[in-house]
Amino acid sequence: MSEIKKFMYINRKAPYGTIYAWESLEVVLIGAAFEQDVSVAFVDDGVYQLCKGQDTTGLGIKNFSATYRALGDYDVNKLYVEKESLDARGLTLDDLMPLKYEDENDDYAEKDSIRVVSSKELAEIFDQQEVLFNF
Amino acid sequence: MSILHTVNKSPFDRNSLEACVRLAAKGGSVLLIEDGVYGAMKGTSKSDMVTNAMKDLTFYVLGPDLKARGVDEGKLIDGVKVVDYSGFVNLTVENDKAQAWL
Amino acid sequence: MGIEVNGKVYETDEEGYLANLNDWNPDVATAMAKDEDVDLNESHWEVINFLREYYEEYQIAPAVRVLTKAIGKRLGPDKGNSKYLYELFPYGPGKQACKYAGLPKPTGCV
Repeated sequence: MSEIKKFMYINRKAPYGTIYAWESLEVVLIGAAFEQDVSVAFVDDGVYQLCKGQDTTGLGIKNFSATYRALGDYDVNKLYVEKESLDARGLTLDDLMPLKYEDENDDYAEKDSIRVVSSKELAEIFDQQEVLFNF
Repeated sequence: MSILHTVNKSPFDRNSLEACVRLAAKGGSVLLIEDGVYGAMKGTSKSDMVTNAMKDLTFYVLGPDLKARGVDEGKLIDGVKVVDYSGFVNLTVENDKAQAWL
Repeated sequence: MGIEVNGKVYETDEEGYLANLNDWNPDVATAMAKDEDVDLNESHWEVINFLREYYEEYQIAPAVRVLTKAIGKRLGPDKGNSKYLYELFPYGPGKQACKYAGLPKPTGCV
């Protein structure tokens, strides 16, 4: 794969209740290993994936919320969260994990990966992609 | 006669909670589990529906499922009771029947 | 399948990765390495321990590219390069080191 494409992964499911969120995360990491231009969107119940304070000890299953913090290492640093979805769920940016990446082109300055966008803005971002994956 | 209703789907993803609230008889109990726990949060587009239903129904939410999803108990609608797994068992015993809204 | 260490058999998958993360102890790593004719030295352990810490923090085994970068950041550029890591783990630092560390095969590793 020599040509770099714009890949967009769209997450619409809450974590743990179904396997979609974890499956998506794995596919994102695999895609990133092939050094594509990766973006990830969180809409509808997908926004719950990024909620901070997740603790699965009581369920005896893997707490993969920690893995989102590794996305920066994989150069996946365009995480779009739809504002309308947050609003409907009574959530704000403060309820989400602070996900950061180091910008190699800016003296490794630490920057936020999460960008809260409106439905309209997100529609335009989707429009610019070459490959879209839905989870 | 009383029924324990369980709802395991997010109210934003499916209409299970809506159907449960519409069809559960007065005096029943509703236990929100798995992705259903998001229905217990205040300040959402579904909170009013739950608050209204609480006039006739008692709402419970499964603690370990809340914790897994990072939902703080302070974010729950007032009056929703948090139970653990043994609380779940007690609810099953206290009610005559169980109905799982999938 | 399984691997016998100090008289105890630990379950592994068909490629020799530990089935249960919590089964791991340093003797398991040493035994796995011995099976592949590798004598673990301090440099190997540095990488193995780093991988275990990475997994503890992020719940995944990092891809080789990410591992290389992260090792460089932690242990210095003379170690954060593929030449160094492949010399230590000739079957691939992802595959081989993760196996000794008791982790699953890195995501995306075929």
